[in-house]
Amino acid sequence: MRYYTTMAALAVLFLFPLVWSGWASLEEPYNYVEMAQYGEGLGTYLTNSLIVSAVTVVGTLFVSGLGGYAFARFQFPGKNLLFLATLAILMVPYATVLIPLYVLLGYIGLQNSLVGVALVFVMFQLPFALFMMRNAFEALPKELEEAALVDGCGTFRAFTRILLRAVRPALITVGLFAFLASWNDFFAPLILLNDGASFTLPVAVVSMTQNTFGAINYGMLQSGVMVMAIPCLILFLVLQRHYVRGFMSGALRG
Amino acid sequence: MTTLTRPRGRAARGGSSAAAAPPPWWRRQGAQGWLYAFPTAVIVVVLFLAPLVLVVWMSLNKWPLLGEAKLNFPDNYTKITDNPLFLDSVWFTLKYTVIITVVLSLFALGLALLVQERRPGVGFFRTAFFLPGAVGFAAAGLLFYGMLNSDFGPIDPILRNLGIIDEPVSWIGTPNMALFSTIALVLWRFAGFNMLILLTGLQAIPVAVYEAARTDGASRWVIFRRITLPLLRPTIALMLIMSVTGSLLAFDQFFIFTNGGPDNSTVSMVMVIYRDAFLRFDLGGAAALSVVLLIALVALNALQMRVLRRPE
Repeated sequence: MRYYTTMAALAVLFLFPLVWSGWASLEEPYNYVEMAQYGEGLGTYLTNSLIVSAVTVVGTLFVSGLGGYAFARFQFPGKNLLFLATLAILMVPYATVLIPLYVLLGYIGLQNSLVGVALVFVMFQLPFALFMMRNAFEALPKELEEAALVDGCGTFRAFTRILLRAVRPALITVGLFAFLASWNDFFAPLILLNDGASFTLPVAVVSMTQNTFGAINYGMLQSGVMVMAIPCLILFLVLQRHYVRGFMSGALRG
Repeated sequence: MTTLTRPRGRAARGGSSAAAAPPPWWRRQGAQGWLYAFPTAVIVVVLFLAPLVLVVWMSLNKWPLLGEAKLNFPDNYTKITDNPLFLDSVWFTLKYTVIITVVLSLFALGLALLVQERRPGVGFFRTAFFLPGAVGFAAAGLLFYGMLNSDFGPIDPILRNLGIIDEPVSWIGTPNMALFSTIALVLWRFAGFNMLILLTGLQAIPVAVYEAARTDGASRWVIFRRITLPLLRPTIALMLIMSVTGSLLAFDQFFIFTNGGPDNSTVSMVMVIYRDAFLRFDLGGAAALSVVLLIALVALNALQMRVLRRPE
């Protein structure tokens, strides 16, 4: 019994802030109307965030799906070097890459661009995603694609028709991590986006606390927190199994 | 087993026949492998390796946010020691890293031990402890920003009703309180995450080992000290490395939650880099700081791995 008392107390500590924030935002429902009209309008920020997240998820799945297949099934010159370079992304501080990326994206015409931010997220997701996908493809029996190749398929048709379906759980895990990271990240869009109309949700909602002259509207702020948090909470609760597998499958074992 | 004949390269298909037993098909197709790995290579080269080269080059130049860059080596590096805000931030970030790593690790270990065994309801508790981790760090910072506000938030009234405090508490108003509140925020957001890491390690320990110890009459404490901790060592090492690295690069919590205040007492190293680059428009100086930070971090990671991964 003492066990369950301790656990219940801890659960309250962890859940209370979320419940409070939801309650505080709804105490005055007009908070949501005010937030919808804040700055460039909630619609703009929501659209920007959705664009960044969608491009990040699709881009990460595309790059790591093909790349994972390459690393699991082919030998090619420079293979180990490329894999090590990808893992090295984990070793380098975020700021050390983002400061030059601010300049570099300008060179290639992606300054203040949502697609540019999304491509940067794809890069940051790549160590985890590539590792996951490589392991998923390696775990498939070779007979699976051999059968397809005997039937006259090229490796690409075997890849799209059969293998992608077989690694679907890994794709869901990679996609989930890519969504959560890109939807929530604050630092990269803060540095790479400099026009209010292209801000993503986190940058826009944080600006409520930092750019207001006069009093901060705390109720509106909590409604912003809820708009950011609820999609993540729902996705996590629905896809929890896939999230935990991301942990278990060794990407974190270094 | 069927062996397909396929010459090296991607153009020719199925025409020729192999004489001696050829290597299996998946080992022969270097060109095809490159095609599949090509998007990975483009992303890594353009968005990771090129910026790394560029940041070194930027650090050798006077590089204003707008306007021409001009070579000025080694000014960006020599002026680091004249930057009192950065030197203070190094000290503050180290202090924060030590405190948060110790507190977070102990708390997460406690949680992991509590949810380790299968029993009714344990799944709910695991989810409850982890749930804050699904919320973005920026959102979590703003949540605490409101929750700890004396006029708007619920914490002050609750503590007053419990008789713990008499007057409003300024949760981010003094340097010590700001650090304390930030630690509470980080604990809330990341304890479940670290618990999950430790849980994967705990569940990898074979049940038979515990059973054998129990049969020998070992107490719970002895089992924990002699079996759990040593076998958990690699997982704990991983958690410590991730916590130290993450804390040394702290930005969001101090930018959003305390805004570096009060009196610049909670300015982290990465915040100084951000300020130099985008508030003082000195990208060259920020690049030099980034390079120093990179070297320090790589050295520290190498050291940590040697110390923590060494078998007993």
